[in-house]
Amino acid sequence: MAEYRLTTPVDEETISKLKVNDVVYLSGTVFTARDEAHMELMEDGGVEGFDMTGLGLYHAGPVMKKEGDEWQVVSAGPTTSYRMETLEPKFLDMFPVKLIIGKGGMGPLTLAALKKNNVVYVSFTGGAGALAAKGLGKVKTVYYLDKLGMPEAVWVFEAKEFGPLVVSMDSHGDSLYDVVNAKTKQQMEKIFKETLGV
Amino acid sequence: MFDEEKVLKALVKGMRDGVIELPLDVHEKIKEAHAKETNETAKNQLEAILTNIQLAHDGQAPMCQDTGVQIFFIKAGYDFPYLKELVKLVPKAIAKATTDVPLRPNTVNPFDGTNPKNNLGFNMPAMTIDMVEGDGATVYVFPKGGGSENMSKLWMLTPAQGFKVMKQKIIEQVQFAGGKPCPPIVVGIGIGGGADIAMKLAKKALLRPLDEPNPKPEIAEMEKELLDMINSLGVGAMGMGGDTTSLAVQIEYTNRHPATFPVGMVIQCWCDRRQSIKINKDGMVV
Repeated sequence: MAEYRLTTPVDEETISKLKVNDVVYLSGTVFTARDEAHMELMEDGGVEGFDMTGLGLYHAGPVMKKEGDEWQVVSAGPTTSYRMETLEPKFLDMFPVKLIIGKGGMGPLTLAALKKNNVVYVSFTGGAGALAAKGLGKVKTVYYLDKLGMPEAVWVFEAKEFGPLVVSMDSHGDSLYDVVNAKTKQQMEKIFKETLGV
Repeated sequence: MFDEEKVLKALVKGMRDGVIELPLDVHEKIKEAHAKETNETAKNQLEAILTNIQLAHDGQAPMCQDTGVQIFFIKAGYDFPYLKELVKLVPKAIAKATTDVPLRPNTVNPFDGTNPKNNLGFNMPAMTIDMVEGDGATVYVFPKGGGSENMSKLWMLTPAQGFKVMKQKIIEQVQFAGGKPCPPIVVGIGIGGGADIAMKLAKKALLRPLDEPNPKPEIAEMEKELLDMINSLGVGAMGMGGDTTSLAVQIEYTNRHPATFPVGMVIQCWCDRRQSIKINKDGMVV
């Protein structure tokens, strides 16, 4: 495994280099979008003046607080990415993001879309909300806050070495989750047969 | 006299500490898992978790952005004179903690999707009150996250299937859950009683510290057996492979109807949050 320190906009060549199990620390523009925000962004064709080229799309619903006129991130770990499985292929066709950040991995639809659009899926540690808040840094702006509320809004951050992010689905069709799932299934059958006798 | 102000303060502090500070027994288990992990990716994940625990403590910020649904278990003595006052204070404390900590507004009306933004709602908060010997009360604050709760299960087994099929089902569920409940997980198992009782016991089992096995040796042995089987699966921290999938298995039971063998399972994420507050017969926080 290799370790990379990347800054947005991340280019095509860099994405192609990344392989499953590599570790990434990401700086630059990262924005959050969960189910609702995916649907809104696709329906609206994006937000005027917000160029997503080479950015990080983060599956997260953060806890935020307002100090004076400024929003600050309190805790912002990843949400379960699988909920966006049916939405992501179209999203990647429409918007040129280069990294999807989430937890738990995604399915075959997204894996194919990652290959097609040369995008990687990276995993951030689930529940590590305070560590994420530190890496995400300052809030640049927020979209859809009134319409969608705090956890579902599109929060745009100026990240500083956000990570560690594990490349778990790369742009070559490999998924770490598929590998682990196959191994644990095999191990389970072994336990059933040898330990439980079922 | 029931000291409403101080009890309110203590309940809010319980919810604040609940989402910010990990209980020491859980912290220790994660440190142990980190020290012995042989899979590099899993070791890095456990390290990120340990860094996160420290950052949350230093910055007094919630460890996880999913601050959960605020669930309360109250053990009230038969002679505790302020149960009504205490129970009435809980919703007030939840609303205050939501703005003060802050907690993420996490209670959505299932019918119209509205969120009252105070972590309360219809038929809320969730409180379980058990009467016990004594004249004081202990309040357990148990913020429960959605990702791990989604992996809960109930099996209404036949007595003939019994423990063997129970173990098989538990292993299958942990394998299926993979990284979704944020492993290393804690597994709560409730056996007997009935459908609702088995599930409630499974959740209550999670209140027990991880370094305290069930006091009955044969049950403690089954907890250990299940833990070893689960950890031999290789799911690992965050489901990306590794040696520690579960920190502990906690079993509670009650007698069953002769025709039934109910088994409830509730999974808790590594962020195994719980706090307790004791109030004495004079209504003072101990």
